[in-house]
Amino acid sequence: MNAVVGYLKSLTLVELARGLQLTGRRLFDRKITVQYPEEKTPQSARFRGLHALRRYANGEERCIACKLCEAVCPALAITIESAPREDGTRRTTRYDIDLTKCIFCGFCEESCPVDSIVETRHFEYHGEQRGDLLMTKEKLLAHGDLMEAQIAADRLSEARYR
Amino acid sequence: MSEETVNIEVDGRALQAPKGQMLIDATDAAGIYIPRFCYHKKLTVAANCRMCLVEVERAPKPQPACATPVMDGMKVFTRSEKAVSGQQATMEFLLINHPLDCPICDQGGECELQDLAVGYGSDVSQYAERKRVVRDKDIGPLVQTDMTRCIHCTRCVRFGEEVAGLRELGATGRGEHMEIGTYVEQAMTSELSGNVIDLCPVGALTSKPYRYSARAWELQQRPMIAPHDCLGSNLNAHLKGQVVKRVVPRENEAINETWISDRDRFSYQGLRHEQRLLAPRVKENGVWRECDWDVAFKAACAGLAAHGESLGALAAPSSTNEEFFLLQRLARGLGSSHIDHRLRQQDFSADAAEPLAPGLNFTLTDLSRADAVFVVGGYPRHDQPLLHHRIRQAALRGAQVLVLDALAEDYNFDLAERLQSQPGDYAAALGAIVRAAAEASGELETANTLNACVVSAQHRRYAAVLAGAARAIIVVANEIDRHAARGHLLALATTLAGLTNSQLGCLTEGANSAGAWLAGAVPHRGPGGVALSQSGATTAGQWAAPLKAYLVLGFEPDADLAHPAQAAAALAQAQCVVALSAYVTPTLESLASVLLPIALHAENEGSFVNVQGDWQTFHSAAKPPGEARPAWKILRMLGDQLGLDGFAAVTCAEVGQELAEIAAGLPVGAPSVRALTASSVPNAAPLEVLISVPMYSVDPLVRRAAALQQMPQHSQEWARLSAATGARLGVADGATVNLELTGQRVAAVALLDERVPNGVVCVHAASRLASRLVNGERCELALAAAELPA
Repeated sequence: MNAVVGYLKSLTLVELARGLQLTGRRLFDRKITVQYPEEKTPQSARFRGLHALRRYANGEERCIACKLCEAVCPALAITIESAPREDGTRRTTRYDIDLTKCIFCGFCEESCPVDSIVETRHFEYHGEQRGDLLMTKEKLLAHGDLMEAQIAADRLSEARYR
Repeated sequence: MSEETVNIEVDGRALQAPKGQMLIDATDAAGIYIPRFCYHKKLTVAANCRMCLVEVERAPKPQPACATPVMDGMKVFTRSEKAVSGQQATMEFLLINHPLDCPICDQGGECELQDLAVGYGSDVSQYAERKRVVRDKDIGPLVQTDMTRCIHCTRCVRFGEEVAGLRELGATGRGEHMEIGTYVEQAMTSELSGNVIDLCPVGALTSKPYRYSARAWELQQRPMIAPHDCLGSNLNAHLKGQVVKRVVPRENEAINETWISDRDRFSYQGLRHEQRLLAPRVKENGVWRECDWDVAFKAACAGLAAHGESLGALAAPSSTNEEFFLLQRLARGLGSSHIDHRLRQQDFSADAAEPLAPGLNFTLTDLSRADAVFVVGGYPRHDQPLLHHRIRQAALRGAQVLVLDALAEDYNFDLAERLQSQPGDYAAALGAIVRAAAEASGELETANTLNACVVSAQHRRYAAVLAGAARAIIVVANEIDRHAARGHLLALATTLAGLTNSQLGCLTEGANSAGAWLAGAVPHRGPGGVALSQSGATTAGQWAAPLKAYLVLGFEPDADLAHPAQAAAALAQAQCVVALSAYVTPTLESLASVLLPIALHAENEGSFVNVQGDWQTFHSAAKPPGEARPAWKILRMLGDQLGLDGFAAVTCAEVGQELAEIAAGLPVGAPSVRALTASSVPNAAPLEVLISVPMYSVDPLVRRAAALQQMPQHSQEWARLSAATGARLGVADGATVNLELTGQRVAAVALLDERVPNGVVCVHAASRLASRLVNGERCELALAAAELPA
């Protein structure tokens, strides 16, 4: 019985017609292709893009060189060196993230006790030379300064879930 | 077992423990873990942290395991609901005032409180009030304080009282207001102060040089042997990458127990000093040029081969066995026997009668169980801090400790007697004690030999204490080795040991004097202590009759020698001076012709023989910086390129094995009883120079450890006088004086110091002043007309 039904289906091209029906429906549907870069998709407040180091409102860098992010990083992308600063506080003398190693898992952000290292919404970056994708402390702080308003707003909107 | 044991049951396991033992010791021995903060096996029980609460059957409340003695039939539960709830409650109280600053705390990751908080802490605090804040104290350049973190376990206080012998830290106030601090805001100056860093279970006391530079989890641990004194304390180096970040003790009950001295702990700072020599250098027409190893080897070999038979080979007493062995093989292969390691020794008259290797006739454990200890000439507290700790243990058990010394240094326990004399009168004082002992035991012949010595009641008491003690020990300290009449003093000491039936021990300079003797780095004996028919020149001999070439290993001619001025002249006239050195100084640059960079301490490999005869092998923990190489490798290459036999070994272990086959198992000990020759006792000069070697100036590495050099015990440019001598000569504190010596006049600033005996000008070794003087030298002193140029 099944063999007969199968034979009839293939003879009458029912499946082809069904497929073309779907194709035809999509052909006349509203288009959802986003015209990047002119158009952009919406982003979650938890988007994990390029990293940044934040500062407090008074300009003091948040990072205290506890090295938890370095320890938790599964890709070993973070390198930190620390020393007492002149005022006796614990600070980094080097904070590097190798973006060619980073897998953007967000563990660094999760482990940070002072909300210093964060992953921002910025993902459209490139490097023309190999070293361009090595983020140094200066670059990360500069990026943090640039994005601070957005970073703070995102952290605030997600605060109740953290 | 002679001791009575009792049966107890812990968590259902039957255990046996000696009667009277504390519960926590019994469970530790059985591998059952009980949490603790204040308990430490080397300190007395305080039972003030209450973390070790356990449930004991039929006891109404949980009992602290560290202060509950085991009793027969006792049933203990360490994980029962009652025990765990007690521990959790304790933890909650401890965390009330402990700050939540783990991310910036150096103890983070290796903190006992942090670990136990994970096991016993709650995730929510019921405490909403303000936390306590305690002001930090500045207690010196070694230990950093963060007193808010303190949980008042009082380990550091008990360590100070019981081990360091200095009540430097103490608790003031009670309850919430209790604070640990130094009594009068002063720096910790103990030679063992760094141990409180390891003892502190939290981050209240941490290492200042290490501060914020690394995390416990990124460090690699490598075993090491301490290179600064003849004990060979066991250490662990903690490295981040190739950089030694800190040094901590490795437990060895027979040597350093669980402690190490500050010198061993903080000397690693010198490894990265700016004076480090990073590449070989040769001097061409008086100009230094950096070069590669091939060029340096060629230059060195050319110089050494040209003057092979007139070659002086000298090594620092902290070199390894392998270095000594290859150095003597190289020198002897070139036809020279002028090899030595006794850099600060002046008197070599007793060479023939020396033992195979100098050391102790007893173990360190014996020393802590002695009934009477006589320390002759020196201050082990600074020279061998942990050996001094053994003497202190003996004193606390009731041993009578007698001292004959020049400088009235502080002992951190009560001395039974002290005999202070100027070093020139050591022979008279020691002779009088020997004479008293001889008279008491009826050895009239010996007594007659010493009839020039005037015996006082104190000398008789010394002899009586030593003769009366069941286990008497005589420790000959480092000052005797540097003394101009060393041979005579050693003969007196051996005679005294024989007469009073005491055990004798000689403390040696550097980490490996015993190894140097066994490896043949002495002019009159080969490897294994074999007497040689042809004896070469000793250190002093090499300066007195200058040679044409020198090979110097691991020391600085202006700071580490008995005759620095004479040595400088001898080195300056030599045709070729090959210096294997880790550091380059202007003095070395002016004297050497080839500089070869060597590895230091943690970067080196080899073996040491300590003062009780333990052979301890160690491997390199870090890579030497730049082009520096371990000295054994450099010596091997030199020997190989000079075409000598016996330089084929490829690894350090092969060299060590070759030496061990000759010398392992040979005894290390003090000289045996020697006949006394001198019937007349030399009288001391009216004013003599005493060169004392400060604790933090013993070798080039320590002298470059920044934190240690900030301690009060570092080398200073003073001529110290007693107040009486100062008054006699009309010299006030801070006055500029001239030291009139034979053939020269040296200007110095006088400092009146109560520790200095009358008739002595005491100068610190490794100072600019000391580089022009000789220990024991007769001098005269006059006020200088003009002030010293700054």
